[in-house]
Amino acid sequence: MAKEQRQAVEGFFDPSIPALTGTTCVSCGTIFFPAETTSCRNPRCFSTEFTPTNLSTRGTIWSYTDAQYQPPPPYVPADPYTPFALAAVELEAEGLVVMGQLANGIGVDDLKVGMEVELISEVLYSDDEADYLVWKWHPVSGASNGE
Amino acid sequence: MANNKKIAVLGAGMHPWGKWGRNFVEYGVAAARDALSDAGVEWSEIQFVAGADTIRNGYPGFIAGATFAQALGWNGAQVSSNYAACASGAAALATARAQILAGLCEVALVVGADTTPKGFFAPVGGERKDDPDWLRFHLLGATNPTYFALYARRRMALYGATDEDFAQVKVKNARHGLNNPNARYRKEVTIDEVLASPVVADPLRLLEICATSDGGAALVVSSMEFAKKHGIANPVTVDAVATVTPTFPNTIIEMPNFSTDSSVAVPQEGRTFRASIAHAAYEQAGIGPEDVSLAEVYDLSSALELDWYEDIGLCAEGEAEELLRSGATAIGGRVPVNPSGGLSSFGEAIPAQAIAQVCEATWQLRGQAVGRQVDGATVAVTANQGLFGHGSSVVLSK
Repeated sequence: MAKEQRQAVEGFFDPSIPALTGTTCVSCGTIFFPAETTSCRNPRCFSTEFTPTNLSTRGTIWSYTDAQYQPPPPYVPADPYTPFALAAVELEAEGLVVMGQLANGIGVDDLKVGMEVELISEVLYSDDEADYLVWKWHPVSGASNGE
Repeated sequence: MANNKKIAVLGAGMHPWGKWGRNFVEYGVAAARDALSDAGVEWSEIQFVAGADTIRNGYPGFIAGATFAQALGWNGAQVSSNYAACASGAAALATARAQILAGLCEVALVVGADTTPKGFFAPVGGERKDDPDWLRFHLLGATNPTYFALYARRRMALYGATDEDFAQVKVKNARHGLNNPNARYRKEVTIDEVLASPVVADPLRLLEICATSDGGAALVVSSMEFAKKHGIANPVTVDAVATVTPTFPNTIIEMPNFSTDSSVAVPQEGRTFRASIAHAAYEQAGIGPEDVSLAEVYDLSSALELDWYEDIGLCAEGEAEELLRSGATAIGGRVPVNPSGGLSSFGEAIPAQAIAQVCEATWQLRGQAVGRQVDGATVAVTANQGLFGHGSSVVLSK
């Protein structure tokens, strides 16, 4: 039987879409991820009001790498440890670059700067009670590899 | 414009970098005694102590200024303790400098020291779901080398940097550090040895990523009047200390963040944060990068040193590989970078590192950098960048 699915940490993404969940300042239009809900960080704006905003689910790879060595806690590694790839992805409409792991099975040899990727929801780690989800990036099938 | 904001460096001292596993206070005290003896200043004369904090050594680390003052024997000096991530040492120097320039004290001691755990830097313990440094490890498994590797791969894609270029930086710095008695690693390496070391974060290899080290560094700094009274007519001077923060929007991804600022409402203009740090120091000092004889920059990775060439203005964007390949940044070249051996030869002892950069600059400008001397050095610049919008750059001259 499938285990309960929870987010590894609430407030970063909506796994049902899936999409990263940020906010937009109602006054100046600056977008924030992770969500800013207290005080706008545009230094010329003094707004304290924000609307929830789902970020674009596709972007292009700004740069990428991998983790050949197991990161220290609080990372919860697979057992045995399996290296994973990470990318910084540029979202044009939002004017920002956001980090994420690549989907399981995607390595640096599958990636190029400028390649189009899309957001997915995947299990980051599990315990006896639940699977814990996080956002990850996956190359768009048939995407231009940026050349 | 004449720079009337100079202070004198009377003494520099270090405890050698290594993995000694002893209490950080011991390293700080050893470095402080070295610096005092180099300056010919008695501990009892010091009027202000500026400590650079360590966050991995309990309460004494958070109030490092007082910790070192007590260990040296309470002398009634005024005290401060600074934490500014990798820029902590420069922040401590900035505090001492401001005290001196304001006329609140004449002579100050600046000290930083650290004892580090083995392996990757990890966040401070406990579950903290509102701390970006905790979250990036938990949700992404993003270590510090992750970010260094993103910059390295970006250079390859944009400017044609190669694995051999990155390895060459390591080869150069290892050679520079060979004769530095304070360096932890004193061994020449070849490009093949670097390329044969295991990949940690593609494209960066083990020998290209800075280790975590124990070490301590200290400076005795004073007003120009105090130096003169002390019989030092022509001291090395600190001409600028920049500890600027980024300007919004900060559009380069940085440790420990999940994302950059958005430029959708306010476009990014002018220099990136990393480039703004040294340029703020140049402006304070009234000089430009063309005046620099040598630079000590934060080579947290071999590839990052190339980014710094551009950020401190030694060459235009995209030309760092060419500058490296020309030999200009090796000792004997036009503008040697990291003649100390850099973090590549030292490893990082966070609160001591920015002070160590200033120690090396001092010795170079005095002509005392035995075995690694940059001939005829007159102006030195240091630069570093740490977490959470911290960075520093110091300009020194003689």
